[in-house]
Amino acid sequence: MKAPDFDYLRPSTLDEALTMIAEYQGDAMPLAGGQSLMPMMNFRIAAPEALIDLADVVELQGIIQEGDSIRIGAMTRYAQLMSDPVILASIPLFGLALPHIAHDAIRNRGTIGGSLALADPAAEMPALMLVLNATIEITGKTGTRKIKADEFFLGYFDTALEEEELIVAIHIPTPAADHQFGFHELTQRHGDYAIAGVAVAFRTNCYRVAFFGVSDRAIRVPAVENALARGDGMDTVVTHLNDIEFSGDLKASKITRQRLAKVALGRAIEGMTL
Amino acid sequence: MSRSIDIALSVNGERVTATVPSRLNLVDFLRNELCLTGSHVGCEHGVCGACTLTVDGETVRGCLMLAAQVDGKEVTTVEGLADSGKSTKLQAAFTKRNALQCGFCTPGMLASALGYINAGGDANRDAIRKHISGNYCRCTGYQSIVDAICDVIEEART
Repeated sequence: MKAPDFDYLRPSTLDEALTMIAEYQGDAMPLAGGQSLMPMMNFRIAAPEALIDLADVVELQGIIQEGDSIRIGAMTRYAQLMSDPVILASIPLFGLALPHIAHDAIRNRGTIGGSLALADPAAEMPALMLVLNATIEITGKTGTRKIKADEFFLGYFDTALEEEELIVAIHIPTPAADHQFGFHELTQRHGDYAIAGVAVAFRTNCYRVAFFGVSDRAIRVPAVENALARGDGMDTVVTHLNDIEFSGDLKASKITRQRLAKVALGRAIEGMTL
Repeated sequence: MSRSIDIALSVNGERVTATVPSRLNLVDFLRNELCLTGSHVGCEHGVCGACTLTVDGETVRGCLMLAAQVDGKEVTTVEGLADSGKSTKLQAAFTKRNALQCGFCTPGMLASALGYINAGGDANRDAIRKHISGNYCRCTGYQSIVDAICDVIEEART
């Protein structure tokens, strides 16, 4: 189908964007990469009165090292993340995860900020933000605030973003040289949404483990992290997957997802040089 | 307020100006307004890859971009690829290998495959399969498409 009609506006500054959004009193939607929003509009799941295209907003661009963290502008596209020298040198986890996101035509358009704001439970970026201990910078009419990824994802397509707020940037503490990462994702075909996936970060006996595609949102499982840190065998570690409230659908039942989460975790850990 | 938008862009090297409804997607604009019917409309939600074309040299889904978003950009469709000779070798390889039957997926498949070849991709069947996994073909079973892409890469290396 085709999208229902809407006003199209393309601001060039953040202030302009916020003003335009405010003018529509909750009926406008920000357009980032459009790789989820456009399908939702074509399916008529979303029917905003206006689209505020953020493509030209300068404050949302760029990847830079800022002190001991890396700032990624919300409108950074996946393809840019895949080729950026700062990201390639400092956060190898992106290199492990990004090739799993759809296909190059989608990665040329899709943005990190768009993915986080949407919070699709099967998306990779939210899980990465959790294990990288990212901080998400948000702005709105009442000012700017920063929120930890751990407190950002609230549920099924639900985040801590308030009405008329925008994600400006993501701040990721620069991983140390001895930081190690693992990633694995199981799909029906390459590029499909994950049926079960996991991202792992490890440093000095401390693990951060986040699953995606298995529940209503990307989630860390502290019991799994602690068991891995204790050096428990995988047989024991995976018993803690019971802490996850698995979702079941036409693609995979709850039991299948639990089984696949186990497989994904095992392979992610196996792939790490610990 | 702004339900139609003035755009100026380059399509296959030709300057185009138009006033388009804001809801008009890029592939419908190309097909219905410019009569460039090479880009096909399949699923209209970014899954099938039939509308794959390039904007500023990068492959995109023509159904997931608005005509309004390509203001100031350079769009290349399969017609442009063919006229400029950029897809000549690949087209020949598709013919030789029988890499198409009905042809519905072919324009998108060519754009996608050229993205892989031009980025320096190897003649590695697994990697090629992964790359074209976002372009559906219901005729060939993909083997012959992978063969054709491999041929072009290997030919360029010899």
